Parts: sequence; structure tokens; C-alpha cells
Amino acid sequence: MAAPEFDVPKLKGYIEIPSIRPGAMEGIKSFEANEKIQEALGYPGKLVDGWEQKAVNKMGEMLRKYRSLQVFLDACVHCGACTDKCHYYLGTSDPKNMPVARQDLLRQVYRRYFTLPGKLFPKLVGARDISKEVLDDWYSYYHQCSECRRCSVYCPYGIDTAEITMAAREIMDSVGLGQKYTNEILGKAQRIGNNLGMPGPALEDTLAGFEEDVEADTGVAVKFPIDVKGAEVLLVTPSADFFAEPHVESLIGYAKVFHAAGISWTLSSHASEAGNFGLFQGSYENMRKVAMRIRDAALELGVKRIVVGECGHAWRVAYSFWNTLTGVGAGAEDKYAQMLQKQLDHSYPQPSHICEVTLDLVKRGAIALDKEANDHRIVTFHDSCNVSRGSRMGNIPGGQFIIPRELIRSAVNHYHDMAPGTTHEATFCCGGGGGLLTDDLIEVRVKGASPRANALKDVVDNHGVNFLALICAICKSQFTKVLPYYGFDMSMVGGVHQLVSTAIRLGAKE
Amino acid sequence: MSMSGLTLLYTLLFYLATLLFLAGVGYRIYLYSRTPAPLKIPTTPAPTTGVGVAMRMARELVLFESLFKSNKWIWIFGWMFHFGLFLVLARHLRYFTQPVWGWVVLIQPFGKYASFLMVAGLLGLWARRFLVDRVRYISTPSDHLMLALLVGIGLSGMSMSFVDHTDIISLKAFVLGLMYFDWQPLPADPLLLVHLFLVATLMIVFPVSKLLHAPGVFFSPTRNQIDNPREARHLAPWAAQLEK
Repeated sequence: MAAPEFDVPKLKGYIEIPSIRPGAMEGIKSFEANEKIQEALGYPGKLVDGWEQKAVNKMGEMLRKYRSLQVFLDACVHCGACTDKCHYYLGTSDPKNMPVARQDLLRQVYRRYFTLPGKLFPKLVGARDISKEVLDDWYSYYHQCSECRRCSVYCPYGIDTAEITMAAREIMDSVGLGQKYTNEILGKAQRIGNNLGMPGPALEDTLAGFEEDVEADTGVAVKFPIDVKGAEVLLVTPSADFFAEPHVESLIGYAKVFHAAGISWTLSSHASEAGNFGLFQGSYENMRKVAMRIRDAALELGVKRIVVGECGHAWRVAYSFWNTLTGVGAGAEDKYAQMLQKQLDHSYPQPSHICEVTLDLVKRGAIALDKEANDHRIVTFHDSCNVSRGSRMGNIPGGQFIIPRELIRSAVNHYHDMAPGTTHEATFCCGGGGGLLTDDLIEVRVKGASPRANALKDVVDNHGVNFLALICAICKSQFTKVLPYYGFDMSMVGGVHQLVSTAIRLGAKE
Repeated sequence: MSMSGLTLLYTLLFYLATLLFLAGVGYRIYLYSRTPAPLKIPTTPAPTTGVGVAMRMARELVLFESLFKSNKWIWIFGWMFHFGLFLVLARHLRYFTQPVWGWVVLIQPFGKYASFLMVAGLLGLWARRFLVDRVRYISTPSDHLMLALLVGIGLSGMSMSFVDHTDIISLKAFVLGLMYFDWQPLPADPLLLVHLFLVATLMIVFPVSKLLHAPGVFFSPTRNQIDNPREARHLAPWAAQLEK
């Protein structure tokens, strides 16, 4: 690892609120999308003439379509409750990374063009004309937000900066200013079916390789099926699970679970991606296009259940939005949604999270786990932001905290939670979510990870924790990359189903 | 009877303020209720039933639950102000009702002393705008003016309650006169005139200011949505068009 060109925060094992340092992260600019990337998504290729007025018009359009935006831009009283809640503020000290200040970048323009006092007395109410300077601030600071929703937990009105960031990104996209990382990947998912742009045959090869590896390793012929019509379960998982470490270990875990439980399952080459980057942009239409591929695949393959792998943003979209976007749950009226609903087995929640599926199998005794196999591991669990604050598992509020922990405890003997205030709905983002998992934002990512790294240091120092269990592909990639900056070994990062994979008893049903 | 210029001025001012307040807030409520929330975005863990959501909203409104989790200083000052204001406003019903309702008579002493709670809370919140660097950074001139306005209303009112009583009988006649279009003279007491002027100002700026957090909180989708997206489909009208 090359020496970083910025100061890495010193870990203390607890979280301190820094004094503000205005402008600390001002120069940060994620790479812009080129014309080809932008146009593939239906956006202008570059900043259009008269973009100022067009951006204001777009804001007006979004205010009519999204109550969240309208209410959140009006309701903030600048009380300051959110100012110390963002991991990017805690890690960078830049006041524009305080949720309220980040929102104000958009709110200032809203006030100027859409409220009477802003039109009459802009200085008094902190309203601002739209300008290149404002746009630069938007681009910089709306790409220093991972849309993790931690601020929304603490706001007395539930103002969710993620909604503001999404709106700002959508406005920028609409006038031709997009982010390379998110938009390039979104284009691939819409064109090819996964974020890597990996075509079906390459995927088949990769999966065949896993079958050989697992058989060599365990002596059991665990299958990794793809495009199998009539399978019971369609597994939709982040494409990182097909190639990245430690993600692959969890994919092997899912395959072992289905094998041991005797459930027929399949992946789909048409919908080989759970992660939906339309979420990052805040574009309903783009998010719907990606989600629609999964409905198409489910209909094509005739599956009874749709299960989602370890991926935080994917699970938010799947759990909270799929039914709205595609009618996968219950209550849709269009033809294909109704066909799908007839086809699916509604004795299971649709969609289900892989942790819901596996824990249910453990509890029913359909699979058995040997905890001792994980005795070399002392485990802690990082609640992923989008799972924690944007979704649920099971049938009670907070099931998204209980189910993964129960599953881990059924697979390991040694487990320690990190400090209260850093877990459950108060969890800190890994620092790489929401479209920030790109090397051009490495400084933001490293600094944004510091609250989590501090909480981790505490359990490492005091409980000897040597395994950070995750249920999110972005968390896995992010921590693998940034924890070494803080002196942690990247091999301590892994998936919950990696633990299951180690502990599961195979072959009983052979 | 013929009205003095002062009475005429305040009569017109209060009709104008009431009109702008009701029309402005009414329009805002109409706007919020008309604007769809296309996606399910409750901040989870969230209630899975309508009754649960009603309880969550009630805890937010009465106890400021999220703020309590967030910051104890803002919570204590904010709650002191709002609870104080609630009692003070309830007490003021005595000037709008004849005969005065029983429970309003009952809370009279609490309503009087709640004004101390209210102003102390405001001063605490205001102090934070100077003392905490993060809050200082986000404060705009209008944030300070709003606090000045509220403190001004509180102090002018308290002066009449505790220091220099105004002609409360005539004031009540003036207020009832406004309500029943039977206009009566307003006592020319400087403290009262200041108090009423500031209140009218507050009513006028309410619908175009951050005071919209009051109606806004009821419409916040992160707080008022039920967490049941797998069981019930949620679809906005404009989003339904995409399926055609």
C-alpha cells in the first residue's frame, strides 16, 4: 500500500466530536462521467447551456413528485441535533459534512427560488443564487454522503439527508453532471445484468470453478446452478460475490446452505446483480429498470421464492422498494406482477433475505452448524446502514438486528458486540456506501470509516476480536481496503455466511 | 363608536395576520398532503401497524423522542420551550372565551409560570447558537431573529403578568370584539402594543419560515409510514403511470 497523501485519523477506541475546520474537504471531487456513460442513461452528455434555470426547474419538478424533499427542505429549524451524527463529519471535521449543512447546500437554492423570504431577503434567510460555485459544492459534498440515514434517526422531524443527496444527484444528472463510478456501473447493470458487466458465459465458468474448489475442499459436490428453470429459489446476490474476496466465501456459504437443506436453487445470468445503483442517484426510473430484470428472470425461470444475498443497499431496494417498483410482494395490479404473485410461494416473505432463510433452516433443524469449527474466530458484527435503517428482516421491528446476530451465534462460540451508539440503528456507515466506493474518493472513504474503526479497535483491544462479520458487499470491499490504513489486517473482514460456510455440516443428506 | 387610529391599526393588523397565517399554513398542509411519497422510506426499525405509527408520532410530538436520543441539551431546552409555550397558549384561551372554560381556569397559575420555562428554554437554545461551533456555523440571521422574536413575545408578556399589569378587561373586550366583528378600543399600553405586534409578526412569518416544522412533522415519510412493504404495495399516482 502506497503511503496516503492525507492524514489518517488516529484511533482512540472511542469517538470524539471534532471542532469544525471549514474547507477541510473542499477540493475533493469524484471523477465525472463522460458523455457515453451519461447518454446511455438518458442524461445529457455534458453540462448543458442554461443549466442554471434547468436545474431550478428540475428541483421544482422533484418537489412535486417527492413529499420527502418538500417537507425536509421546509422543516429544518437548524437545531443542530444532527451536526455530530455523520461519520464523514466526525472523520473530516469539514462543517459541510454536517447533515444540516449538507442539506443547506440544496436548501439555500430552494429558498432563493421557491420561498417568499428567499426571493425578498436572501441574505437574511441564507438563500443563494444558483451558480457554478454552488454546483461545485453540490458535486463535492453530495459525493461525500453515503446516504446511510444515520442523521434521519436523530432528527426531530426525521429529515433524511439521503433523500436530499439523491435529489441533488438527480438534479445534477439531469443537467449533464454525473458521477463516473455510479453511472458507469448502472449502465452495465441495465445493459448486461450485473455491475461488473460480466456476461453469462464468464459467469458460468466462474461458478464451475467454485464447484471444483468446494468439492476439492470438502469432498462434497456442492452445485452452483445458473439459469435452471423450475428451481425453487432464485438467488439474487451482489456480483462481487462472484469474484471478490472475501465476498466469494459467502457465496460458497449460501450454496452449502441450499445443498445441505436440499433446496433447489439457481442464479440468473439475466439478473446477476442484487446491488441497484439507481438508489444512489435517487432515480426512480433507473432503479425500476434494474429491479425489473429480476422480475423478468423470476418469471422466466418459474421460481417459487426470491432470495437476496449479503448486500445492504440491495436489501433496502429489495425489501422496501421491489414491491413498489415491480409488484413482487402483494397487491400489484399489472399483468406480469400478478403472474409473478401467482407463481411465488407466499408462505415465505417475498423477497427473503439469505439470513432469514438460513436462520429458519437452523431453527427447524434442516441444517446443522458446528460452532467449534469457528473457534479460532472471535467475532463482532457491523450493522450495515441500509439494512439497519432502511429495511427489516423477520416479522418484528428490529428483526434486522436480531436475525443476523442469532445466525452468527448459532455458527460461532465467541461473539462480542461493539459499543452501544455504534450498532443497531445507531450504526456507523463503513464509509464506502451510496456510490462512494471508488478510488478517487479514497480520502473520504478512509476518514469516513474512522468512527467504525474506533469502535472496532475497542473490541479488538479488549476482547481480542479477530473477525468483522458483514452482510454487505460494499462494506466488505470498503473495509478490506481501508482498515489496513488503521493498522488492521484485511483478512479479519468477512461475511456472515463465511462463518456459516465454515460451520455447516455437509453430506448428511447425500 | 369611532375607533382611534391605534385600535384601527391593530384591528387591521390582526385580521391580516390571521388571514395570512390560516391561508399560508392551510396551503402548506394542502401542498404536503397532495405531494406523494413514491417509496417506502420509514427510518427503521419502524412500526408495522397503523396504531404503532400513531404511537411513534405521539412520542415524537409529546416527548421529542428522536431529539432525546440525539442531544440532551437541545432536548431539554427545546422541550422546556415547547411545553412552556403549550401551557402559555392554553392559558391565553381565557382571552378568547366567555365564560372561560373550567380547565383553562384550572391551569391559569401553571400557564403563568410556564412562561419562565419557555423563555429559559429559548435562551438555552440561543446560547448554543453562540457557544457550540457547529451550531454557530449553521445559524443564519433569520435563526437569531426568530429567537429574538419569541423571546420578545415571552418577555413582554411576562412583564404584563408579573411587573406592570395591563388593562386586561379592555384587552379581552378588544379580542372578543375582533372575533365577533364588534370592534372595541385597544388599551394604549406600550408593553401590550409591543407584545401584540410581535405576535402578529410571528403569525405572518409562520407560513414562510422554518416554523413550518410544526405541520411538517406530521407529513414526514420517515416517521409516518408503516413498515409493511412486502405485505402491501405502495404506489404513487405518478409512478403508476410508468406501468402503463
